[in-house]
Amino acid sequence: MKVLLRNPRRELDIPGPRRVHALLTDLDLNRESHLVIRNGTLVPSDEELLADDVVEIRPVISGGAL
Amino acid sequence: MKCRVCREPAVIDVPRHNANFCGPHFLDMCRKQVRKAIDDYEMLVPEDRILIAVSGGKDSLAIWDMLIDLGYQADGLYVGLGIGTYSDVSADYARAFAVERGLHLVEISLRGEYGYDVPTATRATRRVPCSACGMSKRHLFDKAAIDGNYTVLVTGHNLDDEAAVLYGNTLRWELEYLARQLPVLPARNGFPKKVKPLVRLSERETAAWCVIRGIDYLVDECPIAAGNKHLGFKDALNKIESDSPGTKTAFYLNFVEKVAPLLAGHALAPDVELHPCSRCGAPTTGEICAFCNLVEVSSRHEPVPVELITGKGARRR
Repeated sequence: MKVLLRNPRRELDIPGPRRVHALLTDLDLNRESHLVIRNGTLVPSDEELLADDVVEIRPVISGGAL
Repeated sequence: MKCRVCREPAVIDVPRHNANFCGPHFLDMCRKQVRKAIDDYEMLVPEDRILIAVSGGKDSLAIWDMLIDLGYQADGLYVGLGIGTYSDVSADYARAFAVERGLHLVEISLRGEYGYDVPTATRATRRVPCSACGMSKRHLFDKAAIDGNYTVLVTGHNLDDEAAVLYGNTLRWELEYLARQLPVLPARNGFPKKVKPLVRLSERETAAWCVIRGIDYLVDECPIAAGNKHLGFKDALNKIESDSPGTKTAFYLNFVEKVAPLLAGHALAPDVELHPCSRCGAPTTGEICAFCNLVEVSSRHEPVPVELITGKGARRR
């Protein structure tokens, strides 16, 4: 599957199928600080991602001081 | 995974509630959390004239969307900070959101109206970048709310923001700051009432709100904020949260309920006499307020491109 990552923006090819939580673990990403989006739709952590999916892993942390 | 409410397929799991939700029921959960924050802390009344500090990011656009969705009338305020392309793009998102929904967005440009931007102020003051940025925004948010006769200023601080600030202040036992870290600051001495209706939602949840509602927002992080202490505190708390869901919620909400009342007497100089700044009229303890001092120092400085603040050697000033 194609996986789009941010900060910095990059794209990875990762073998599928793979569950969302396993993908995040493999990439050393915390579920608390990321959303996983497939074809514009959110997917929960037990969803199985397939080899031909295009997936965005979107960080949700923002951080200036106010 | 099935939605806890309707048993249809879930789109998001929310471990701190030990629940999964489909899109519509996730949105309902968010509305309930914001409504509870507004009611519990007496943040808003239906007649309020609301000004929302809008950055073009997920939190400010989510709360603007939620408040309109809940029936409030709210205008947005965007401050152009001059942080290169990042600011240009963030303004585009804020404007597009307002235009698509027929909402009113007030805009202020630091460079256009005050003769400086955040990278230049950072270099001119020789302080950490978020310091000049935060001071500028706080002053201009307050001023716009007062000048525009708004009854309340809304900011998009979420549960993660508040928990991270609380964590940092607790590590240093900063009692004065802890005492005023509340979801509502009442109007006083020329300052507007300020409220944070997102304190019961995590930033993963505000981001999910935007995705489900189809709100385009600036995903990329501020290039200057990268690596700051605040982000480090969030990272530490999220590691704890992963092992023990609900910890951030308990840490912050129990602080507000149980500890903040005990610290009421420690608030920063509650009895210090404030008077109008001789230049801008904002409340201050000195003759000239900190913002006017910042403007004076920064507007005299040669413009500094953001790359010099974020690039190699940025700390050598």
